[in-house]
Amino acid sequence: MNNPLVTPELGLIIWSTLVFCILFFLLAKYAWKPILKAVKEREASIENALNAAEQAKNEMKQLSASNEALLNQARAERDEMLKEARITKDKMITEAKLAANTEAERIIASAREAIQNEKLAAITELKNQVATLSIEIAEKILKQELSTAEKQKSLIDSAVAEINLN
Amino acid sequence: MTGTLAAIGAGLAVIGAGLGIGKIGSSAMDAIARQPEATSKIQTAMIIAAALVEGVALFGVVVGLMGL
Amino acid sequence: MLKNYFVKTLVFTVFSLISFTSLKAENHDTLTTKHDENHETSENSEYDPIPVIMHHIADAHDWHFFDYNGHAFSMPLPIILWTDNGLVTFMSSEFHHDNSGEHIVERKDMRFIKFNEKIYSLKIGAPAGFSYDTTTPVLDLSITKNVFSMLMSVVIILFVFFKTAGHYTKNGAVAPKGIASFMEPLILFVRDDIAKVNIGEKKYMKFMPYLLTIFFFIWFNNLLGLIPWIGGANVTGNIAVTLVLAIFTMIITNINGNKEYWGHIFWMPGAPVPVKIMLIPIELVGVLIKPFALMVRLFANITAGHIVVLSLLSLVFIFKNASLGAVSVPFALFISVLELLVAFLQAYVFTMLSALFIGTAVAEHEHH
Repeated sequence: MNNPLVTPELGLIIWSTLVFCILFFLLAKYAWKPILKAVKEREASIENALNAAEQAKNEMKQLSASNEALLNQARAERDEMLKEARITKDKMITEAKLAANTEAERIIASAREAIQNEKLAAITELKNQVATLSIEIAEKILKQELSTAEKQKSLIDSAVAEINLN
Repeated sequence: MTGTLAAIGAGLAVIGAGLGIGKIGSSAMDAIARQPEATSKIQTAMIIAAALVEGVALFGVVVGLMGL
Repeated sequence: MLKNYFVKTLVFTVFSLISFTSLKAENHDTLTTKHDENHETSENSEYDPIPVIMHHIADAHDWHFFDYNGHAFSMPLPIILWTDNGLVTFMSSEFHHDNSGEHIVERKDMRFIKFNEKIYSLKIGAPAGFSYDTTTPVLDLSITKNVFSMLMSVVIILFVFFKTAGHYTKNGAVAPKGIASFMEPLILFVRDDIAKVNIGEKKYMKFMPYLLTIFFFIWFNNLLGLIPWIGGANVTGNIAVTLVLAIFTMIITNINGNKEYWGHIFWMPGAPVPVKIMLIPIELVGVLIKPFALMVRLFANITAGHIVVLSLLSLVFIFKNASLGAVSVPFALFISVLELLVAFLQAYVFTMLSALFIGTAVAEHEHH
């Protein structure tokens, strides 16, 4: 160990310890702290900005998506309304038609019924009159036929001849 | 005499370190060629390994200096 | 741009003034002072690069720029000694560049000599010159070349990062500009690639100040050491400095070690009892070995870089042929550029391994 190169000198050890300690504390307090803080802050702000941009992008996307959805919904509603209107219209028409038909049918039926009734009444009266006339005619004929005894006798004879006793 | 012996010893230490660092360097090159995306990690590991090998060689050199 | 230029000019001027005022004080002494090194080279004797290189990478009590005509151009640094008689201070120029222990400086009834950049106090009645019997070592708290360089790097680091921090405190959490735009990626690199990876998302924030400080302290000192003349001090290539840094990492690691960390050291889970007992000393040694390796790695890497550059440049003087500079200077330049990479890499490795050790100490495993 006689080579001065590899023999540490006490004086230099003391000086370097002192100098390094002073340097360390000065730099740590007045250089590294603000520098590291600034760098970190900047990194954070850059990251924040990036995040905000990303968020804005997402929001934009979401907004346009919701717009689209709203539009679609409106369109669908309109279609729905139109369809409903059409259905209502059709229904009304068919209902009206149906009502008209039934009314017509009912009128026709009642007319037919009335006609039938009138007819029946007329027929019945006709029958009655015919019957009365017939009876009157029969009365006159009978009065005429049976006016003499001979005529009464021949009638009885013919009637008797007709009776078949087997 | 001791000076000469020390010089020979330092030389021997340097041969060993040279071989060792050469091997480390060649392996690192291979590794980088195989995986270029891991270059920085390989470099760090290479420098650590080289520093350790070199440290051993430097012990030799320092012992040589002590004998000078 | 203009402001930066102004600051640079100002720094340079102040520096030049310091050095030249000191040069004036020295010049009249240097003529009468002996210079071992100069004599060696000027007498055309065999040039030995080892002392020169060792001189460059070792610590020194004055800041030596160059020699010219036997004059040493250097900046004296204060010498502070803690002795039995209390604190003693004087400038290193009092030794008149003597490094052989011959020149005596008397203060507070004590006689000091400098030998191989170490200061000794001569015992009473002892003659000048170094010997283990006649001298006693003193606690040397001098502002040496390394300490001065370290203080300079601290000033630069504080300037750079106070300015960076000022940008944020003034403008809020905005995008970086100017010096902040250069430093912020490095701070983020330490945070994301070193702290977060090795310590984990939850706890890394607590250790960020330490990791950042150690990273930039090592890196700036490494770079400063690569600049000739105004830097050139081998701060991070000095084992005392790396020892301190490694001890800091060791202390922080072990203070923050959780139950599981100590459990793995003293009672390795999942191992049979004899193995557990056997592992205790091994693990305890590991606690010391890890920072020791950190210390040695940084010291040896940086010192080795300096030695290689200086050796290459020494070739010119060894062969006494200036044309050799055509070869050695490009080589030295190449190594210097490589050292720029190493300067960063070693700061990175030291910080990353510190983070790794801290990470293992605070890690919470979900399993078992």
